[in-house]
Amino acid sequence: MEYFLQQLINGLTLGAIYGLIAIGYTMVYGIIGMINFAHGEIYMIGAFIALISIMLLESIAGGSIIIPLFVVLIISMVLTAIYGWALERVAYRPLRNSPRLAALISAIGMSIALGNYIQLTQGARNKTLQPVIRGNFELMARDDGFTVVLSYMQVGIIVTTVVLMVVFSLMISRTSLGRAQRACEQDRTMASLLGVDVDRTISVTFVIGAALAAVAGFLVVLYYGVIDFYIGFLAGIKAFTAAVLGGIGSIPGAMLGGILIGLIEAFWSGYFSIEYKDVAAFSILVLVLIFRPTGLLGRPEVEKV
Amino acid sequence: MAALGAALRMTSLPGMLKEAGITALVATALLIPVVGFKIVNRGGDQFLDTRWPEVAIAVVLIFVGRIFLILIRNGQFYMPVAGGAVVATIGWLAPMPSAFLKLVAITAGLVIVLRAVFAVFAVRRRQSSGHEIGRGFADNYRRALPWLVCAMIIFALAMPFLPFSERRLVDIAILVLTYIMLGWGLNIVVGLAGLLDLGYVAFYAVGAYSYALLATYFDFSFWICLPLAGLFAGFFGIILGFPVLRLRGDYLAIVTLGFGEMVRIVLLNWVSLTNGPDGISGVPRPSFFGLEFKRYPPEGPESFHQFFGIEYSSLHRVIFLYYLILILALITNYFTRRIRSLPIGRAWEALREDEIACRSLGINPRNTKLSAFAIGAMFGGFAGSFFATRQGFISPESFTFLESAIILAIVVLGGMGSQMGVILAAVVLIGVPEYIRDLQEYRMLAFGAGMVLIMSWRPRGLLSQRDPTIRMNRVGGQAR
Repeated sequence: MEYFLQQLINGLTLGAIYGLIAIGYTMVYGIIGMINFAHGEIYMIGAFIALISIMLLESIAGGSIIIPLFVVLIISMVLTAIYGWALERVAYRPLRNSPRLAALISAIGMSIALGNYIQLTQGARNKTLQPVIRGNFELMARDDGFTVVLSYMQVGIIVTTVVLMVVFSLMISRTSLGRAQRACEQDRTMASLLGVDVDRTISVTFVIGAALAAVAGFLVVLYYGVIDFYIGFLAGIKAFTAAVLGGIGSIPGAMLGGILIGLIEAFWSGYFSIEYKDVAAFSILVLVLIFRPTGLLGRPEVEKV
Repeated sequence: MAALGAALRMTSLPGMLKEAGITALVATALLIPVVGFKIVNRGGDQFLDTRWPEVAIAVVLIFVGRIFLILIRNGQFYMPVAGGAVVATIGWLAPMPSAFLKLVAITAGLVIVLRAVFAVFAVRRRQSSGHEIGRGFADNYRRALPWLVCAMIIFALAMPFLPFSERRLVDIAILVLTYIMLGWGLNIVVGLAGLLDLGYVAFYAVGAYSYALLATYFDFSFWICLPLAGLFAGFFGIILGFPVLRLRGDYLAIVTLGFGEMVRIVLLNWVSLTNGPDGISGVPRPSFFGLEFKRYPPEGPESFHQFFGIEYSSLHRVIFLYYLILILALITNYFTRRIRSLPIGRAWEALREDEIACRSLGINPRNTKLSAFAIGAMFGGFAGSFFATRQGFISPESFTFLESAIILAIVVLGGMGSQMGVILAAVVLIGVPEYIRDLQEYRMLAFGAGMVLIMSWRPRGLLSQRDPTIRMNRVGGQAR
């Protein structure tokens, strides 16, 4: 029971991070109907920017005071968002009206290029960060000394994610920007005829997706304390799997999918074998897609002839 | 947006400066965090290093480059060409803080020159009513194709004996041919049947591992293993194909990607069979009808050079491998060509165009898709066992998602469904970077950037004519 609870906490934390990345995938997919293959790399760049700004602030302040993490978060969100914007400008906008596969290849190319760009500029070695937020709540203790631990960092991750989700859902449902996004999702041509600036809306979608990925990157740096240029690939695949699992195009679905993937991974590595946790996640994906081809919360596609 | 409006009218000098300035500003924001600062590990410590000169030079480069691009858009020719040449020369001669920046400067200059030249050609073509010329080119291409194919086959056959062919070149040719074969195999799945497969490398891996295991455990010769490996891979194609039959488009893509990763993870962790991350070494080399390529063969059988009474040379095996992959690739190509005119090939193409129409015409989508998966996988398996025998060593490292992406890129870049396009794309993507070894470090960066550039330049692929194998008579059109 205690062990189960611990895995549940770990899984939820991991899932929250996947969910944040998955939102970027699902939004872009919803609006332009394409897998943004470079999104994992954007998340990786976000993590690097967060680490660099933490180190910069540390060196300025001499490491004596507590780093204002909020400032770091804003910095990495803004700078990563610019990367997202540039990505859309360079790799997607020229291919807006091309065959879909062309855009997919362009995105894969961008993902390879960005990964190697960071490898070249920052080196291939692991970058580490000493834990900034320490301490934890001890929830439960077993007789043999095993304690269920909920660290402050895990609380921080879950709270941040929940807050962002709420803000984000409100934005989609209440603001004019969200309305424009939903309009573009339904029918881009019609939306542009009715005065929605489609190009701008798509740009903003990429920017928001990148900013959320930056939050995920920031949280990962603080939580695990180890990053390298390669983290984007696997996290990207997992997050995309999460988005598909939840039903691509649906934002609550992305969050649900992320948490499910996180839980599957945590429980699989806790109870079975850690090596095959990715296989477990993909197998669940295949199973779900066989029985619900549009994902858990996706709307069924009606094909008209 | 602004870009659209600007494309129609000339941009004035202040407008130009403003546009280039904004680009430079964005570039500054992009470059400062990851180029301006570098996390350096020294000893056990980790600290920040700065690289401001690099950032400054890169931003200036981007500013100047943007101005030249605007000039090209305005219809100027000489100024961008001269400017591009100047940038390239400065990049070449001036002292730069890093070799990478030098490279970037030179490439940027050359790209500007090329861009200007292309722009001029595009304008000329448009002026002389481009439609006619476009069709003329397509017709000429179609007429010249048989000759072109003959010439290429003759060149390919003669290649190892041409005066300029050294060992390295033949090695590169083998690599390129392997990718051409993989491209042609994937073309069956993606180009003909229209099923987006992002995990093609799984079949490549299955082929390679089944050859390596059969050959090391059971001592089967290459010629027995090759069909077996193809069979295994094809069988795998069917197994993996079954659950994904109902999926379409991107769902299919992500599931195949997942399968590709799953196969790799299993290979990595099933240590008792595959030896895990250490891989299998000492995979037997192929023999020429039982004659081995060894200087000192073991007792009994003769070796290739003894049998033919020629001096031993390590080149013999390389040339043999070259012909082996050439023949395998040509078989793949011939098979694809023939199967396109069989009912099953027609069904693939029909399925690609419209699944619902296919269903209503009585084509069984399940069997059709499965056969495409299986046959594509089989060729992947052949290529895989060739890979294993060429390398003599395989490990899961060689079968990452990147390989799948490269193979798919070759198919799409070449022009979906175009057999010639695959050759062209494989030479451009694999051969050229392999030949220019100096760029080793920057190879993948250039590779990715190249994919983006080529796609935005020719979104339909380098050779984009996609002929349906059969076409109905159009009303008022001529019969074909």
